[in-house]
Amino acid sequence: MLKENPTLRHILGRAGWYFLTFLVAVTLNFLLPRLGDANPVDVVMAKVSGNLDAKTAKEKEEGYLKEFGLVEVDASGKIVRDAAGKPVKASIVSQFGNYVGMSLRGEFGTSIHQYPKKASEIIKTALPWTIALQLPTIIFGWIIGNVLGALAAYKRGIFDRGFYPLALLASAVPAFCFGILLVYVFAIRLEWFPPTGGYSEGLTQSFSWDFIRSASYYYVLPFLAIFIPVVGGQAIGMRSMCIYELGTDYVKYAKLLGVKESKILYYMFRNAMLPQLTGLALALGAMVGGSLIAEIVFSYPGLGLTILTAIQGNDYAVITGTTLLLTVCVLVANFSVDVLIGFLDPRVAAGIARSE
Amino acid sequence: MLKGLLKSPAFLLGAGLFLLTLVIAFVAPLFMTFDAKTRVGLAYLAPSGAHWLGTDHLGLDMVSRLVAGLRSSLYVGFLAGIVATIVGTLIGVYGGYKGGFLDDLLTAFTNLFLVIPQLILLILLSASLQEGRSRTLIALIIGFTGWTWSARAVRAQASSLRSRDHVSLARVNGYGTLGIVLLHILPYLLSYIFMVFILQTAIAILSEATISLLGLGPYDSVSLGTILNDAIKSEALLDGAWWAFFPPMILVTVIAFSLYVVNTAMEGVFNPRLRK
Repeated sequence: MLKENPTLRHILGRAGWYFLTFLVAVTLNFLLPRLGDANPVDVVMAKVSGNLDAKTAKEKEEGYLKEFGLVEVDASGKIVRDAAGKPVKASIVSQFGNYVGMSLRGEFGTSIHQYPKKASEIIKTALPWTIALQLPTIIFGWIIGNVLGALAAYKRGIFDRGFYPLALLASAVPAFCFGILLVYVFAIRLEWFPPTGGYSEGLTQSFSWDFIRSASYYYVLPFLAIFIPVVGGQAIGMRSMCIYELGTDYVKYAKLLGVKESKILYYMFRNAMLPQLTGLALALGAMVGGSLIAEIVFSYPGLGLTILTAIQGNDYAVITGTTLLLTVCVLVANFSVDVLIGFLDPRVAAGIARSE
Repeated sequence: MLKGLLKSPAFLLGAGLFLLTLVIAFVAPLFMTFDAKTRVGLAYLAPSGAHWLGTDHLGLDMVSRLVAGLRSSLYVGFLAGIVATIVGTLIGVYGGYKGGFLDDLLTAFTNLFLVIPQLILLILLSASLQEGRSRTLIALIIGFTGWTWSARAVRAQASSLRSRDHVSLARVNGYGTLGIVLLHILPYLLSYIFMVFILQTAIAILSEATISLLGLGPYDSVSLGTILNDAIKSEALLDGAWWAFFPPMILVTVIAFSLYVVNTAMEGVFNPRLRK
């Protein structure tokens, strides 16, 4: 069946590849925080043990050790102890096993900063905000950027000369700088929009009309801060891609044959689009990273702020939980783009293997 | 080629802007004294004749902090740019020239790290380093997590050179892989690798600003990112103290923009089809 359906074969191949990437990402998420000398439990204990007596401190420490999967636990969930009564440290392999098991269950441990809230709970409230902000913004920015880039390449002249430097500037300004500029001008100086937050303080999160209206009002500035750099970056890529396409023989030949301009434009756009789509898949990670920082500038209630607060409070469980979840989101987005390529790229349907 | 570059207004603009930041960072301190460690007044004093850009949240002279920050940011950018370019070039050239299974393996490895967001790796690494986060270490971390773009770009170029006549001739004449890569492939890619280096430096400076903004910047020095972090933490934005965040922001943007412009101008000169 796979032989007859190259598109399906492509999609399954990509799925396998992303699963492999996911495994590597999980491993890195486990290993990198353990590179330094700081043991998360020591960090926590340094923070909380100050005002506890020795016994409670010890109980607390062992609780944390267990929760982070750093000690051996027997079948009934009790900590395994050596002859001196000290907990037996888990080997790095079984630590890894514990970690993978926890992650698969969607557990990342307990937050230290907002004890006794679960890290997964904190992340779960922030995630929808980040998705609602970034997903439409990046998709929309990508589309507009490509259309503008193609137009600039096709029209050249005054439009291109005005547009190109602006696009170059927009792509060089990091999203967080753009965010700061927007907050200063439109929120602090002009007071047209609120400077920080995701919705009015008096409201609770619900699907009421008031809440949606307030949330959309707070949406404008963060949207622009992410949207404009994405448009700039994509337009530049599309512009040079289209200039290349316009110089190819098939375009010249079609022109000589007197093919309608709109038809030539359609072909050019289609051909230049595919590399741009591949480019999107590869740039998504960087885009999401940049947008995350922009969220922080606006104190938007998404994952950016979550990770910032976690870093400031050494909230180990929340940091690693957020990074893992973000990686998964980026991989899923990437996979979706690859599936799309599978349907759009005629080379895939023709069964010609792609090099990547 | 150099003549072509000097005729390109975009290249002159980009190179000029970048030189200007170098002058501010490295030449100006030779003629003026910048003291970024002594308090000169209250916090967030507005710009005045004595302190051109006012004071920061601790009452330190902003101009002095900016000069020191600019030096760190450029240092991190260059070091990380060099590391990323060397690692990426080695992986890219080797895979591109060798082809076959090894190339597939290296490409898969590159794409893997291209997809996992660099910011995530940076956050995890710098968060685990805690007190040991020196300027140099930050630069190395950025370099060793950011090489993927150059590997991908250089691989494409190297594999297009693989079947050229002069390379085949060298192979027939008994040159080993190392000899061919060093003598017959790399020299053709030099201008390209230089362009890659420029982009990597720009990206590295932005990366440093980004993780410093998160509070994961170097412990041992001021950088443009840590100045921004201070400004955001002490809510200079809401106070309207524009001199605390606009100057570092503008400097970061000017560096990145000038390097991007230099890169595209070089691309235009080396790839005439784009010029017209």
